[in-house]
Amino acid sequence: MAAETLAPGEESAGAGVTAPAPVLQADAVSKEFPGVLALDRVDFDLQPGEVHVLFGENGAGKSTLIQILAGVYRPSDGSIRFRGQRVVLQGVHHARMLGISAVFQEFSLVPTLTVEENLFLGAELTRRGFIDKSELHRRADGILRQLGFPLRPQQPVHELTRAEQQMVEIAKAFCTDLSVLILDEPTASLTDREAERLFAMVEQAKSRGVGIVYVTHRMSEIRRIGDRITVLRDGRRIATLAVAEADDERLLQLMTGRVISQVFPKIAYRPGRLLLDISNLTVTDHSVRSFSLTVRAGEVVGLAGLVGCGKSEVGRACFGLERIAAGRIVFDGEDVTGRTVREILDRGAFYLPPDRREEGLIMMRSVRENISLPWLAARAFSRFGLLDRRGERARVRDLVRRLNLRPPNIEADLERFSGGNQQKVLLAKGLISAVKLFILDEPTVGVDVGTRVAIYEFVRELCQDGAGILLISSDLPEILHLTNRTYVMYRGELRAELEGAQITQDRVLSNFFERRQAA
Amino acid sequence: MMDRTAHRLLSLTLPVQRLFVRIGVLPFLLVVALIVFTSLSRRFLTAENIITVARQATYLTIVAMGQMLALLTGGFDLSVGKIVAITSVIAALTMAPLAVAHPDATAITLTLGILAGIAAGTTVGVVNGIGVAVFNVSPFMMTLGTATITFGVALTLTSGVPVYGIPDAFGTIFNFERIFDIPSPVYVTAGLFVVMYVLLNRTRMGRYFYAVGGNIKASRLSGISTRFYLFMAYVLCGALASISGVLLTARLETGEANIGASLPLDSIAACVIGGVSLRGGTGRLGNVVLGAIFIGLIQNGMDLAQIQSYLQEVVIGILLILAVVADQLRQFIMLRLKE
Repeated sequence: MAAETLAPGEESAGAGVTAPAPVLQADAVSKEFPGVLALDRVDFDLQPGEVHVLFGENGAGKSTLIQILAGVYRPSDGSIRFRGQRVVLQGVHHARMLGISAVFQEFSLVPTLTVEENLFLGAELTRRGFIDKSELHRRADGILRQLGFPLRPQQPVHELTRAEQQMVEIAKAFCTDLSVLILDEPTASLTDREAERLFAMVEQAKSRGVGIVYVTHRMSEIRRIGDRITVLRDGRRIATLAVAEADDERLLQLMTGRVISQVFPKIAYRPGRLLLDISNLTVTDHSVRSFSLTVRAGEVVGLAGLVGCGKSEVGRACFGLERIAAGRIVFDGEDVTGRTVREILDRGAFYLPPDRREEGLIMMRSVRENISLPWLAARAFSRFGLLDRRGERARVRDLVRRLNLRPPNIEADLERFSGGNQQKVLLAKGLISAVKLFILDEPTVGVDVGTRVAIYEFVRELCQDGAGILLISSDLPEILHLTNRTYVMYRGELRAELEGAQITQDRVLSNFFERRQAA
Repeated sequence: MMDRTAHRLLSLTLPVQRLFVRIGVLPFLLVVALIVFTSLSRRFLTAENIITVARQATYLTIVAMGQMLALLTGGFDLSVGKIVAITSVIAALTMAPLAVAHPDATAITLTLGILAGIAAGTTVGVVNGIGVAVFNVSPFMMTLGTATITFGVALTLTSGVPVYGIPDAFGTIFNFERIFDIPSPVYVTAGLFVVMYVLLNRTRMGRYFYAVGGNIKASRLSGISTRFYLFMAYVLCGALASISGVLLTARLETGEANIGASLPLDSIAACVIGGVSLRGGTGRLGNVVLGAIFIGLIQNGMDLAQIQSYLQEVVIGILLILAVVADQLRQFIMLRLKE
């Protein structure tokens, strides 16, 4: 449609090395939003047939960069070259026509339409003005078969699992002549089996010479499928290195700009009485099967595994959020199996959900209301049946000061705060009352390093004050550096229990996946 | 389209934008309405007319306060009009025979009539609450369904004709009576306002209504029994609508099945104009009352300006849509200002 914008640019003269010509290249690309410089002169290049990982914290500029590469945004400065020629991408459609396709976390599928209708949405094949259904079907079938996706072209998209929907998105990318595929945290909501299938697909695309930009903040995935890594921080490119030269510590250092010891506090290990005792837990939907775990006071216990392995469900079951088919959950000497959230909160256990927007916070309400919400029934917040607003305000203000919330305005709606500060508010919900056990489910997802440090510092404090902490996390360094004992789950079952010096990257990782521990 | 309009409005000066984001569209509308109607009719800004507006607005104000609860929890109640109708019919059907049988026991007759009416109206609210909270029926279908059922029941009971025979005292006390020159329904409304204000701002239940509408999952994780509060929102909405029904019956001095048809729309309009979000979780009671008074003001002003009632419907509809558009604009500007 807008192909004439593909203007010839100057040849890249300085490429002295014999490396093959990059299929896609960004030269000193900047992007400015009102008040923020989201990208600051970032260089990036993608070779055909390679997986180039973009790595960095939330807000580092990963999303902005891929959105520029995919034609969503135009750079404020700098330029893009596609197969050596300078291009100005007019939009997602234009990029797609050139062979640059992106699969974002938010899918662009119409749930009520079938797979094949979605594949050709906006580019329907017509004959005399009518949709040529048989041709459409033939082509869709061909593409799916070629990719090896087990999808039926005539199935409505809403009947598919998330992974299958992602396959449709990817297949859609292959409908045009694909040379660049951009994947934005594709495993974010996939089960491990689905993730494996995705990795296989990536391998296949690679072998056809497609260049893949792969955004993730999971270190385990980088090693699995990456060739090169570019680390971004605060909108700048920090480094580009081969996967072989990158270990987790190095990457974390590049990502956060800090040495490990500055990020993770030393937590003294002084286990006390038994707080949480899960025995042979099986959840009704079988996402957890005969799982046992213990947490003592003064202990940080890790629960690791891939997304979808059931680790989150263990935490939820302890908090009365899962239907329990079998097994027992004993909290502080009392059987709390099948109790309600209210009853468990009142006994002093708190669950911090992984997605603060989805089920953690009420975005349009104030900091004060959010923090006190679980505890309004407590005497500290009520007087003669009415809310004691002065007491509430005083307590919340005090807590907000301790957490160093920015801005420290407790009456402002949560929407007005940054992700990191929202996460602090979420944590504060558990800090305002006497809680003995904290179940933290991915407590540092999508927060900047400053908040990360603040949260870890709180974990240390809580633990030293005698609370028990169950840390459910996909973030390997977090597990490695904070926990005294760690359980690794695989497909709903316990894979390993590691203690002290046993908690190493290799031992934890080797239990994440299907393959057995390397000898 | 939306974007272009928004951009043009963004070229307004920043202080106006800030003010708009803070207070919403209602104060602007009120000022415009006051200016327009004052210039159209000399009688508009007289003490007597203001009292008339206050009295006329009471019925809608009470219903709107109930509607607000349903909206806060992220739903709405389309049956409020029929709740008013069934209250009127049941109250009248209770009072009329009692007045004949015991002409001297007026106090008891009135009390029983009022209680029966409110019980009938609240029952509809209970059914709505069960449907929405327990069976997860969408508030749209649930309240539309009960509205139809209730209307059918009211028509069956009355055969579609007004119920006469209500003791005169009923109208005297709940309509004509004035204390310090202010009609009694205004006092009832003021009393309900105070109760609702305390409920929403000073009790756990009120806080939980906001929380459940703001994020039902987060509320559940905070140990709130979300079903119960969803249920209570519809029950209280029904109860408030039926109190309005009692007052309206006193005003009409008959039991009528055909009243309240415009109340669902008008009450939602009052809330939305008053800044209650259709997505749930936000809204202030004071602004809802102002929203209801604003609609009363418009109707009164149009009456005085001799605009015929059919055309008034057109105006109310336009205002509602404008209010929603203004709310969208407000969200848009809020995001812009944040950047």
